[in-house]
Amino acid sequence: MVERATPLGADFKPGSYGDFADGIGITLSAPPSGTIVEATAWPGRERALAARVGKVVGLSLEAGAGAGAFKETGAAAFNIGPGRFLVSGRNEVLADRLIGAVPEETGTLTDLSHGRTRLRVEGARAEWVLAKLFALDFSSAAFPVTEGRATAHHDYFVQIQRTGDQRFELYVFRSFARAFVSVLRRAAEDVGYRIE
Amino acid sequence: MLISCPHCGPRDLAEFSYQGDATRTRPDPASTDTQAWHDYVYARPNPAGPHREFWQHAGGCRAHLLVVRDTLTHEIHSTALARPSRAGGETA
Ligand SMILES: [Zn+2]
Repeated sequence: MVERATPLGADFKPGSYGDFADGIGITLSAPPSGTIVEATAWPGRERALAARVGKVVGLSLEAGAGAGAFKETGAAAFNIGPGRFLVSGRNEVLADRLIGAVPEETGTLTDLSHGRTRLRVEGARAEWVLAKLFALDFSSAAFPVTEGRATAHHDYFVQIQRTGDQRFELYVFRSFARAFVSVLRRAAEDVGYRIE
Repeated sequence: MLISCPHCGPRDLAEFSYQGDATRTRPDPASTDTQAWHDYVYARPNPAGPHREFWQHAGGCRAHLLVVRDTLTHEIHSTALARPSRAGGETA
């Protein structure tokens, strides 16, 4: 019998880590993400795609650079490139629903549910920890809630959506997730962190 | 060094990959003019100054860009999407 393995490694266990004597700076978790889909519009069809995708997942999604939307415990979507969106939701049938709802002449969808892992970074020091890894301005003025960014830390390609004043959702290639989590944990040691 | 991606805005050089000289024009693929192919593959003016080149925002929006970079100062004079798009802009 094959053992089911977590993409985050056996030591991603609930508990407090690092220098947490003076409090917890951030909380790391990997909330379940039943569906992760990349949607790409044909040139000139960006708005039509955003509208179709938004309708299926119940969000009002715009096509502009970095634009995004999400519902608490519901679906999330954000722009990751010209005419491209990352769409996720808890429901595992969402991928099929999205693929069925977008006509061929509008764009294409790729089911990445098994190819990406979602990580949540939340807490008062979330901006501080992420700024160690990515050359981005994480202040809420430059990176407002609902918006998304595609960026990289060395070889780790990461797509990030801000879902709260102190909360970010990170999408990484699943085969890189374990190594990336170890980097994230190392970066969070000085502020103290909890895994949930 | 920062490159201002037309989609993402100013981003660190580390997010970009160099994709080659954008001043060359490929001969007709059916052409057997060996001099033209030789020039296309090997002949490089290597200017000390502004240079048109292709870059990809590989660690970001993944768009291919046309960048004019000064080879003396690394100043980026302009950036545009390599392929014209209605949402993006025009090829320089
Ligand atoms: Zn970009």
